[in-house]
Amino acid sequence: MKSSRLPAIIFALVIVFLYVPILFLVVNSFNEARFSSTWTGFTLKWYAALFDPRNRDLWEATQRTLLIAVASSAASMVLGTLSACALHWYRTRLQNFNYGMIYLPIIIPDLLMGISLLLFFVALGATLGAMTILIAHITFCASFVTVVVLGRLQGFDESVIAAARDLGATRWVAIRRVILPLLAPGIVAGGLLSFTLSVDDYVITFFVTGPGSTTLPLKIYSMVKHSAELPLINAISTIFLVITFLIVWWSQKLTQDQTTKSH
Amino acid sequence: MIRRKNEAILTAPTLLWLILFFVVPSIAMVVISFRPASIYGGVGEGWTLDAWRALGNPNYPIILWRTIWLSLVTTVICLALALPIAFVLGRMQGKWRAILLMIVIVPFWTNFVIRVAAWRILLHPEGMLRQGLISLGIISPDTLLLYNEGAVLMVMVYTYLPFAILPLYAAAERFDYSLLEAARDLGASGFTAVTRVFIPGISRGLLTALALVFIPALGSYVIPDLVGGPGDEMIGNKIAQRTLGDRNLPQAATLSVALLVITLIPMIVVYYLNRRERTHPA
Repeated sequence: MKSSRLPAIIFALVIVFLYVPILFLVVNSFNEARFSSTWTGFTLKWYAALFDPRNRDLWEATQRTLLIAVASSAASMVLGTLSACALHWYRTRLQNFNYGMIYLPIIIPDLLMGISLLLFFVALGATLGAMTILIAHITFCASFVTVVVLGRLQGFDESVIAAARDLGATRWVAIRRVILPLLAPGIVAGGLLSFTLSVDDYVITFFVTGPGSTTLPLKIYSMVKHSAELPLINAISTIFLVITFLIVWWSQKLTQDQTTKSH
Repeated sequence: MIRRKNEAILTAPTLLWLILFFVVPSIAMVVISFRPASIYGGVGEGWTLDAWRALGNPNYPIILWRTIWLSLVTTVICLALALPIAFVLGRMQGKWRAILLMIVIVPFWTNFVIRVAAWRILLHPEGMLRQGLISLGIISPDTLLLYNEGAVLMVMVYTYLPFAILPLYAAAERFDYSLLEAARDLGASGFTAVTRVFIPGISRGLLTALALVFIPALGSYVIPDLVGGPGDEMIGNKIAQRTLGDRNLPQAATLSVALLVITLIPMIVVYYLNRRERTHPA
């Protein structure tokens, strides 16, 4: 049977479409020319410029971004694991409601989440800053961790818990020595996803940030918007891409271990 | 009784967090839309319909309509591109399938602002691409690649395409491709086999993909702001302007409630279909 080549051709073109802008950016981060209209030679000066004392605010923004990302992934790993267990082990009306509540923050446009949190903080008279950003990030990350851990739980052999209890393990020992180690790859993968989502977020952060609490995406955005220091953006973005690829690679490894073990 | 208590311990932290920082803020948004703006850029006392009346201002209906239109076109293009990709991926086996799937997903993991910035730099008036196209005589020297509706649509498709590919792939993976051969053996053309057998076979994935592209697309703000012109603004741009530009929070709240209502329709459909799937697994 002869099958059409059209789907494969579309597939190939889409891959080109997906990678052209990214590769263009990476290549240009090594371009001597200030405006990326021509290639005038290889340079590392844009990377060196990142370490220039004039760009200290970039590093402050980076530190703040990473700190918020670590804190929000830690908190959402706890929240997400708890709610995934609740959703998996109980089939009650409460869990039906819980299920909807977990999925809403994922599906709703992030813009709406950002504006409603801002209005909420303004109504409370809260000071906008790193703390409000952290709260916002935990709110959307917890749902994503729940989904990832829930996936891990679905390939979970419930009889090991019963076995541990039969062998005399207390409830707490069973949780600590059996359930948590089995769930660990899912929890870590969820945490890594939270970390990238938090570092990635522009829209929600934009609404709930306060004076002096710039994060890296906000900083990059304003540089892009004003077309200022475009070569610097190329360099930061390239570093960002490399780090993201490493995190994705790690988290894929974790989920792959999971699939090979469960078979 | 113990089960009950355990369920509460597991459920309460996240659920209470979401009620406090997701449900209550959404209610606050609706309430504030009926408040007057205070001169200091905050929310005033008393109740008013001013912000809702302002939606009649001819500007807003045009922008609302443009938002829906651009999101719809984006959704259609994304589904049209994602279908053949899911078709190919679903039929593949083993290692190559994993590698190609990875290739498709990786750009989606990269920073969103950076991805949009990359397009802005690529399409920049001073950039290599435009200069190259001009010297090849493909476009005229006064054609801009940036700041127009085409650029907004392209970057929206770029951004939301993975949201269409993943659910369609998940559905295609479970699809029995021998059904297509059966249809061909029974005399159906390749096109008929795809439209009458493959597409109905992955209909649930298609619905998820539709919602996952259309709903976030409605809330686009960064893309029209960075690659669109003044005539390509979407409702998200207006919300951001009312919030941080001229600081009229009740107006921002009203526009957001309008956007919420528009997104709620596809959301409710998906919620019920998902619930049906959860209570009646296939």
